Amino acid sequence: MSGDLFISLLAATILAGTPLLYATLGEMLTERSGVLNLGVEGMMLLGAFFAFFVEMKTGNHWLAVLAAGLGTGCIGLLHGVACLVFQGNQTVSGLALTIFGVGLSDYLGAPFVGTLTEGFQPFPLPVLGQIPLFGPVFFQHNALVYLSYLMPPLLWLFLNRTASGLTLCAAGEYPDAVSAAGASPNRMRWFGIFAGAFLVGLGGAYLSLCATHMWTYNLTAGKGWIAVALVIFAFWRPGHAVLGAWLFGGIMALQLRLQALGANIPSSLLMMLPYALTILALLWASARGRGRGAPAALGENIAPGA
Amino acid sequence: MLRTVKTWAALTALCGLALTPLCGGAAAGENKTLKVGFVYVSPVGDEGWSYAHDQGRKAIDAMPGVETTFMESVPEGPDSERAFLNMARKGYDVIVGTSFGYMDSMEKVAGQFPKTTFMHCSGYKTHENMTAYFGRMYQARYLTGMVAGSMTRKNEIGYVAAFPIPEVIRGINAFTLGARAVNPDARVRVVWTRTWYSPDDEKKAAESLLDVGVDVIAQHQDSAGPQEAAEARGVYSVGYNTDMSAVAPGAHLTSAVWRWEDFYKNFIAKVQAGEWKNGNFWYGLDSGLVGIAPYGAMVPQEVRDRVDAARQDIIDGSLVVFAGPVRDQDGRTRIAEGALPEDSALLGMDWFVEGVLGTTK
Repeated sequence: MSGDLFISLLAATILAGTPLLYATLGEMLTERSGVLNLGVEGMMLLGAFFAFFVEMKTGNHWLAVLAAGLGTGCIGLLHGVACLVFQGNQTVSGLALTIFGVGLSDYLGAPFVGTLTEGFQPFPLPVLGQIPLFGPVFFQHNALVYLSYLMPPLLWLFLNRTASGLTLCAAGEYPDAVSAAGASPNRMRWFGIFAGAFLVGLGGAYLSLCATHMWTYNLTAGKGWIAVALVIFAFWRPGHAVLGAWLFGGIMALQLRLQALGANIPSSLLMMLPYALTILALLWASARGRGRGAPAALGENIAPGA
Repeated sequence: MLRTVKTWAALTALCGLALTPLCGGAAAGENKTLKVGFVYVSPVGDEGWSYAHDQGRKAIDAMPGVETTFMESVPEGPDSERAFLNMARKGYDVIVGTSFGYMDSMEKVAGQFPKTTFMHCSGYKTHENMTAYFGRMYQARYLTGMVAGSMTRKNEIGYVAAFPIPEVIRGINAFTLGARAVNPDARVRVVWTRTWYSPDDEKKAAESLLDVGVDVIAQHQDSAGPQEAAEARGVYSVGYNTDMSAVAPGAHLTSAVWRWEDFYKNFIAKVQAGEWKNGNFWYGLDSGLVGIAPYGAMVPQEVRDRVDAARQDIIDGSLVVFAGPVRDQDGRTRIAEGALPEDSALLGMDWFVEGVLGTTK
């Protein structure tokens, strides 16, 4: 593999990994507050639609991103109503949210299929973009990719170095302790659900504003589910999420390039790679011990008044 | 579960029987509007496969005494069966399904509604009231291959392809034969996406080919994603389904295109006149159903002349795309010198010709 091809592979890795990174960090934030939300796939699709729609109507990229975040955050709140208010089963509610999101985005988007929008165009960062190797790989992309670089450290700082972040994690570990300390674990969970869905929505916005610049059905094609698995792969840690998302993006980019190079491997086997890796990652994660990383009260409902 | 399905199927059949006299009665009327329903596997909004068929639907919708409707993005399998059933029950006289995977469900529904005419594109199963129809797109692919082979400077052409099935393999082979007829050094690199319609994945597949160093992008997909990727890098592209020059105005050489308008108009006229006979039809360049889009401005006159001449030769029958000798990737002779391939061999093609880089698995 020549040097240029290797650099282009790494650059494609970052691009393919970015929507996964947003969605993984979003689901991670929600799960750290103790709520399992399997609606990522549906929420991501709705985020992609909200972003596309606002971009089409206003032409303002950042307004489109904001709309995707806020809109998807509100969709996430439905999960909160089902699980925090009505004590519904979190797995069932999340699956329902995925089915709902897929259907609603198809329905709302039907009149616009194939409609092109401008979206974010790549702009190489000055100075940073000129660095050999690192420039083309990391700093010649679009604004949402650059924004994604800031997310893992910010999320890490929030979860580990701020009072509200620590309380949110406590709501996912020992909600009773949070109540005993006079805070409301439910309020933290509402926040975890909303902010998590906000980030998932940004992952969706990336798909319609940066990856395709158009609206069509099923833009996510299963990326939401990979994000759910990546949270486990990452042991619920923001830093690990970066590795996981880029590793998966890399495998997606690699299998296409292996084919283009004429590698004599059946394409069906190459296509399986990301999913086979998902299974291996989950096996590896559980072999390391279930208790490591998973919030202790993940998936367990708490009394509405708490 | 099985019992429920059976009961449901029986009920459906009963409903069908009950409705049949009504439909028959209506059909006897003199000024009856012919109701035609189309079922598509992908959205009509993109410049792809379903869009091309929908141009045909619009053409017949403008005919007097014809009323049309369509359903888009109907998945293959049980969902398509429901779509056909619904249309048949609503009294549609003609039901058109344009995806290979609709074949079995359409055959099933056709058996229940003998008065309805069913049209299935790209399959091989037929019924008393169900026709299989398709076009010899490989002939147009050969011509686009000649254009690509003439225009490549690196002798490396990329081909983004959907699924390794005979239809797609045949197209890649014909394209490669055309490219090597004008440029024996040309090679065609194939990347499978295993999607018919996923603009993002198809664009990424084209980008991977461009990274490896091809300087023309061809494709067999339902989207224009590969064209977008080629246009963004200022590289020539060859489209499919419809004239894709609008998606890639700067670098579009030509497209292998379907022209369904006249085909569907002729067909509907025959149905209206009561002359339509169901069967299995495979139309070539001579029928006008398949063809190539107008050349981009960058294609020189001598290339145009050469391709136009080949087009005429194919129509006359003096040029046969897969005439032997044809060798496969390993150099083995698959079609002997002087031999002409049977249609059955073309329809079951599962090997690549010499000059293709990639695997049919």
